[in-house]
Amino acid sequence: MLRRVLLSPAGFVGLFLLLMIIGMALSAGYFFPKGPWALVARPYMWPGQRPGLPFGTDSLGRNILAAIFYGARVSLIVGLVATVCALVVGITVGSLAGYFGRGVDAVLMRITDAFQTIPGFLFAIVLVSILSPSVTNIVIAIAVVSWPPVARLTRAEVLRVRETEYVQSCKIIGMSTPRIILTQVLPNSLSPVIVVAAVLVATAIITEAGLSFLGLGDPNVMSWGTLINVGRPSIRSTWFICVLPGLFVVMTVLALNLLGDAINDALNPHFRKR
Amino acid sequence: MTALNRHLLHYLGWRLLQSLVVSTIVVIGSFMLLHLVPGDMVDVLGGQRGDMDAELMATLRARYGLDQPMLVQLFHYVTGVLQGDLGYSFRNSNTVLSLVLQRLPATILLVVCSVAVAVFIGTLAGVFAARHVHRPIDVIISMVVLIFYATPVFMTGLGLVIIFSVKLKLLPVGGLTTPGVDMTTLQLIGDVAQHLILPVLSLSLFYIAIYARLARASMLQVLNQDYIRTAYAKGLGTSHVIIGHALRNALLPVVTMVGLQIAELFGGAVLTETIFSLPGVGRLAYDSVFERDYPLILGVLLVCSFVIILVNLIIDLIYTLLDPRVEVSR
Repeated sequence: MLRRVLLSPAGFVGLFLLLMIIGMALSAGYFFPKGPWALVARPYMWPGQRPGLPFGTDSLGRNILAAIFYGARVSLIVGLVATVCALVVGITVGSLAGYFGRGVDAVLMRITDAFQTIPGFLFAIVLVSILSPSVTNIVIAIAVVSWPPVARLTRAEVLRVRETEYVQSCKIIGMSTPRIILTQVLPNSLSPVIVVAAVLVATAIITEAGLSFLGLGDPNVMSWGTLINVGRPSIRSTWFICVLPGLFVVMTVLALNLLGDAINDALNPHFRKR
Repeated sequence: MTALNRHLLHYLGWRLLQSLVVSTIVVIGSFMLLHLVPGDMVDVLGGQRGDMDAELMATLRARYGLDQPMLVQLFHYVTGVLQGDLGYSFRNSNTVLSLVLQRLPATILLVVCSVAVAVFIGTLAGVFAARHVHRPIDVIISMVVLIFYATPVFMTGLGLVIIFSVKLKLLPVGGLTTPGVDMTTLQLIGDVAQHLILPVLSLSLFYIAIYARLARASMLQVLNQDYIRTAYAKGLGTSHVIIGHALRNALLPVVTMVGLQIAELFGGAVLTETIFSLPGVGRLAYDSVFERDYPLILGVLLVCSFVIILVNLIIDLIYTLLDPRVEVSR
């Protein structure tokens, strides 16, 4: 499975880019021990204007490269944790709705509909502004707006698996319902959910960057969106302050999308023959 | 035919009921969010006037029913929303409904134009790529699509501003019209269109990518079907087969996707309207977040949700008309 992902060009490039970003996140403290907030030079220095500052400085004279290294931490952690939370909620709701059907299904799916109807990003803005902007609350807001597709997908898969003979025979031998769901149904219905997870991490990173861009980021951490927000007022002259962190957002999302595609193809036997 | 009609009516009735249930859940959710906010309306008023004593605040609470049990308040809120009463914005000294309705046209214009552009360009690119599958042009389209797909709306917006407004000085940086100029209707339309090019482009780029991917995949699938071969065998021209036979069926997944994404588009509109300072509901929500005007934010959220529910109903209707085979399942 891993080999198949690695052998496809999309999977290789995706994994390479992602490992690079992870490397940046891990080594941020080593390369920039003073942290992302330290003032290192004159403000608005262009990239390469002074050796040692290849990405220049922002409006307060902070090292943009350091901010991007530390920003990788925030983006990856927020993306990962929010996705795990969304997966837990979505898989729980989806498997309950799919397995029990009828009333449970109707109630849970209408709630899912309602969450999918509300514009996600707007909802996240409302949640963060009500709960106060902190990394935890941003993670909560992103999880709240991104679980519905997981629930739908899990439900559809569980509906399929529920009718299979091996699940029916588990019922007949008197296995308890939670045990059937956890050991029989879920392991056989989660592979499409894994593909969605890669895309969810990407979406979560975009949402976090969007929130910080609007000024709703955690004021105590430096994220890519924060930097873009800092650079926005001076976009007419020093546009690189916005563009450089933006490129890293694009690169990370691209890497995750490529990886998701590669996993999807590897899991899907239909494409294997090509 | 009558059986089909009855079936259709039954289905539409069921969809209507479903939409009502979902609307109710959204309204209840909005009420719960409003109560998650620390402080209530009277606190806001008190903070603004600064000369209220505890007694006056208690009287005001009693007057607005804020001292009632939760369920009673919920009942008042729901009946209020049903009558179009979404609350009052003390910051703007106006009802939430009229504030939102003032701003809704700009957002709808932006979203509709973006969907139209995205579906048109996306489908065109997808069909073109499918026609030349695995040739260089297909590979190039796929690469561009992949990059569009990974670029967040605000980055596209900022990038377009930098290139077209700041560097090339071709298009206006923001706003919906050029202020302080008298224009005829025709000039006004031209002016608005010029102001909308960049916002629409930045909102639609991501969706162009999605529809291009989708149209390419479904076109490839459709082109392999027997009825396409039959159409060619009948002696029909290529363009006739592509447009008349293949595209019609390949478009179905695209229509489904539009319905699913209309909610996302409204979210993207917040960023686009903020970057290009367009007077839409997204910008209104952004401003009200920083003024801590919670009834107004939730009003925007509610109205957007209702619009989305309505659009989804209409799309379902279009869907059943586009493809009479569509299973109207329950």
